[in-house]
Amino acid sequence: MPAITFIHPDGKSDRVETSGGESAMQAATRHGLDGILAECGGNAMCATCHVYVDESWLARLPAVADDEDALLDGTAAERLPNSRLSCQINITPELDGLVLLLPDRQV
Amino acid sequence: MSAPGSAASGVPHLDVDPFDMMFFADPYPTHELLREAGPVVYLDKWKVYGVARYAEVHAVLNDPATFCSSRGVGLSDFKKETPWRPPSLILEADPPAHTRTRAVLSKVLSPTVMKQVRDRFAAAAEERVDALIEKRSFDAIADLAEAYPLSIFPDALGLKPEGREHLIPYASVVFNAFGPPNQLRQEAIERSMPHQAYVAEQCQRENLAPGGFGACIHAQVDEGAITAAEAPLLVRSLLSAGLDTTVNGIGAALYCLARFPDQWQRLRSDLSLARGAFEEAVRFESPVQTFFRTTTREVELSGARIGEGEKVLMFLAAANRDPRRWDSPDSYDITRRTSGHVGFGSGIHMCVGQLVARLEGEVMLTALARRVAKIEITGEPKRRFNNTLRGLDSLPVTITPA
Repeated sequence: MPAITFIHPDGKSDRVETSGGESAMQAATRHGLDGILAECGGNAMCATCHVYVDESWLARLPAVADDEDALLDGTAAERLPNSRLSCQINITPELDGLVLLLPDRQV
Repeated sequence: MSAPGSAASGVPHLDVDPFDMMFFADPYPTHELLREAGPVVYLDKWKVYGVARYAEVHAVLNDPATFCSSRGVGLSDFKKETPWRPPSLILEADPPAHTRTRAVLSKVLSPTVMKQVRDRFAAAAEERVDALIEKRSFDAIADLAEAYPLSIFPDALGLKPEGREHLIPYASVVFNAFGPPNQLRQEAIERSMPHQAYVAEQCQRENLAPGGFGACIHAQVDEGAITAAEAPLLVRSLLSAGLDTTVNGIGAALYCLARFPDQWQRLRSDLSLARGAFEEAVRFESPVQTFFRTTTREVELSGARIGEGEKVLMFLAAANRDPRRWDSPDSYDITRRTSGHVGFGSGIHMCVGQLVARLEGEVMLTALARRVAKIEITGEPKRRFNNTLRGLDSLPVTITPA
């Protein structure tokens, strides 16, 4: 199964094994990772699973949908060009090794 | 072909009434019975299927094509009975119609909008706590859980000052009406005319102050997102579901924090836990206890075969305490990872006002924890009975300032 890496604001990183078909958010919450709140449980409603995608991976992710784009305007930490909601990133085998940086806050 | 829910289908039949006063007084033993009887049960009293385990509740919520909302999310099947009021364009609708109206309300209540109202909501919470510290002894429901949302939400909507006393009674009718034709529902609807008249009037564009949530909904007509006829009904959704729910949510949080002083102290020592303390109260108490769906086809759910046109009752509260999903489900723990609880539902119909609720809960608990050392319950809490909502009618408390 593909594994992804979350890097915390203090530089520490967590490598998380994903299971088939889950989102980066689901993998993070299943492992009890700090830094991903996911208040709405993955329904693309709350913008509390915000991540910054490592630049080298950005082009390999599917495009931002309109609802995700609107939600990203409401993130607690600053929205940057590489901002995504981790609930909208489904981890496929091609994303093995994906690196996501965590913002300093989600609310 | 066996009868709906007959023994042949392997679905256990239960003789419980989840809309009975005795049940409301203490639902937990029955929730356990419902969960442990099987993944899907049949309730003979109201001739409906029921799901009380987390997995099945979550599955039903997330399969709106099979478990639809357009035939009503209460017991009444809109295909067979005339609804007591014109159906909601969002709650009681299916895609694709639902997708369009949902997008409008999501936009009006988005994270970006919450950023704009946050300071105002927080200032009102501080003011309320100031007043309560003066009083020391008060009713945590009337003077706090109701008074606080009433001090901000109607203004945020842009409602006129007159007639706001209809808001909570109207919501109470709406949530009673999801239940079966019992005394609670019948009496609520019989007395609803003045409340309905007030709400219909308030939903009109000319009665909503500029800049409020209501005016923002009507502005979507100009954008071509909805029609002029649809806008008032979407405003009605906020009037129906935006106030009494948060009253019960905040009431639940106060009741939890007053009962579990260790959690109150934990919150006081780290105010960043306020939002989690509110969220955990929504899981623990589940202010919205149940909703129904109607099957659009014959379906197999966890081995149970359910025919077309059957009502399925989802026990959100039981799912939120299912030991298959939650560690120590019956303990209130403000540091719990609550993501995935179904207190706000899940899927396409998940509470569109959840961000408003969380914001109100967070800023109120923050203000309270900053200023109050102790909350003591000083009298017998009284329960308020409703077919869908769970909450208190009164909670006498005395607070000690920090």
